[in-house]
Amino acid sequence: MSVIKTENLTYTYSIGTPFEKTAVNNVNLEIEEGALAGIIGHTGSGKSTLIQHFNGLIKPTSGKIYIDGEDIWSKDVKIRDIRFKVGLVFQYPEYQIFEETVYKDIAFGPKNMGLPDEEIDRRIKEIAELVGLHKDNLYKSPFELSGGQKRRVAIAGVMAMEPKALILDEPTAGLDPKGRDTILGQIKEYHQHKKSTVLLVSHSMEDMAKFADKILVMNKAEVFCYDDTPKVFARSAELENIGLAVPQITRVFNRLKQSGIDIRTDVYTVDFARKTILEYLEKRGGANA
Amino acid sequence: MLKDITIGQYFPGNSVVHRLDPRFKIIITGVFIAMLFSADGFLGLAVGGIFLIVSFLLSKIPFKLMMKSLKPIIPIILFTSVLNIFFLDGVPLLKLGFIKITDEGLRTSAFMVIRIIALIMGSSLLTYTTSPITLTDAIERLLSPLKKLKLPVHELAMMMTIALRFIPTLIEETDKIMSAQKARGADMETGSLVQRAKALTPILIPLFVSAFRRAEELATAMECRCYQGGEGRTRLRQLHSTGGDFFALGLSVIFLDAVLLLNFLMG
Repeated sequence: MSVIKTENLTYTYSIGTPFEKTAVNNVNLEIEEGALAGIIGHTGSGKSTLIQHFNGLIKPTSGKIYIDGEDIWSKDVKIRDIRFKVGLVFQYPEYQIFEETVYKDIAFGPKNMGLPDEEIDRRIKEIAELVGLHKDNLYKSPFELSGGQKRRVAIAGVMAMEPKALILDEPTAGLDPKGRDTILGQIKEYHQHKKSTVLLVSHSMEDMAKFADKILVMNKAEVFCYDDTPKVFARSAELENIGLAVPQITRVFNRLKQSGIDIRTDVYTVDFARKTILEYLEKRGGANA
Repeated sequence: MLKDITIGQYFPGNSVVHRLDPRFKIIITGVFIAMLFSADGFLGLAVGGIFLIVSFLLSKIPFKLMMKSLKPIIPIILFTSVLNIFFLDGVPLLKLGFIKITDEGLRTSAFMVIRIIALIMGSSLLTYTTSPITLTDAIERLLSPLKKLKLPVHELAMMMTIALRFIPTLIEETDKIMSAQKARGADMETGSLVQRAKALTPILIPLFVSAFRRAEELATAMECRCYQGGEGRTRLRQLHSTGGDFFALGLSVIFLDAVLLLNFLMG
């Protein structure tokens, strides 16, 4: 069953003013339970607007959104419950931290859910370990921590709500390469550990290639495609047409193909590239012998 | 929801009023306020009213917008009029138990209400037709004689400009933080007044933290560009006064004289 499903979802800003703009246009999507998917697209392609529909922060102009098969804007659904089912981590989430201690800040979401204290405590300890926050840090003021640690506290705050689907808007923005890999790794671990659905918005094709099983490409407020990662990157020419750069390694393989070498082009990670080249050399070596 | 708030209510346009030198506009507004407060009777107020209506028509500001500026002061208007109606002595017109309405009460209350409305409309006309930046520029120029008294006029004006500049940024920031806390299940719409006030903590603290961070960043950036206050600073937009500005000022002074004359004749 799909966790998130949309039907003809359309959202238009500032209707009836000169600033009218359709940010999301007729989107039909189905995100399967347990998916680990990336959302990619240009600035202004409607990614952020789209994901804010998934937990009911934005009400669509027309169309429907189903979470767990439930129409979230029907009368008998409490929108606050939807927010516990679909956890949303905003860009630069460290700017939303407000409590005196890291522990209390992570507890904010679970407390709002009305969970008992022991359960909250269990979750915080579990999540803190998952995102690599040391026990001593839990009782420090979050404002004493480094930028990367603050970011992890904020993400942990949403993870501790244990939502069925976790959506992160550019969780690696502004981090150095090492911090980026750490956070992506921890999100992946969370996904495997909790078996929950994870959606990740990103600009970086490289990150997507390493991270996501499926990719949703947004272009000009519409869904360009939603497919398995290899299949998406196999359409590299089309992606470049809409101005999205494919991973560097994919470009290398495209050029190899263009120069007449018979090699596959759905390569998007360095590891897989190495394997492909070795296989190719072996095959050619075999043919020469 | 927050985006509906308009602060710095400048309404762009190219009318005669818009084009007036902002320094003159501020002074003329001052003269207008003097008209309202020196008027002893309704006739004096009417003179001020004519001045207001003529400037309003010249400015081509939509009537609806002008009415909008009155909205926040409705409670003040009601409060003043009620106080004046019930608590002034005079010839009673109506008596209900201990409540009595006198002719003097009615008269004063009407007088006060008209004065307040005209006051707000006049000053709104200034902010509607002058962009906030131009306005601070003009204030700086008008206050510049105070520099001789070692008053940091330029710095004060710069502070005003920066404050105005950051209002939209902070509104946007508040919007973002509210969404983020809502996503964590923060409930700001239900509960008692105390609960709702408490629910503001998760918004106010991050907002303050980020405001301080921005202030620090801006200070560093300004220092990096060798900002050192008003000494020897030239400006991009020079203010030039024309004959029209002096004409408008002269006109307002004539109106003020008319009010004073009326006071003298009627009194």
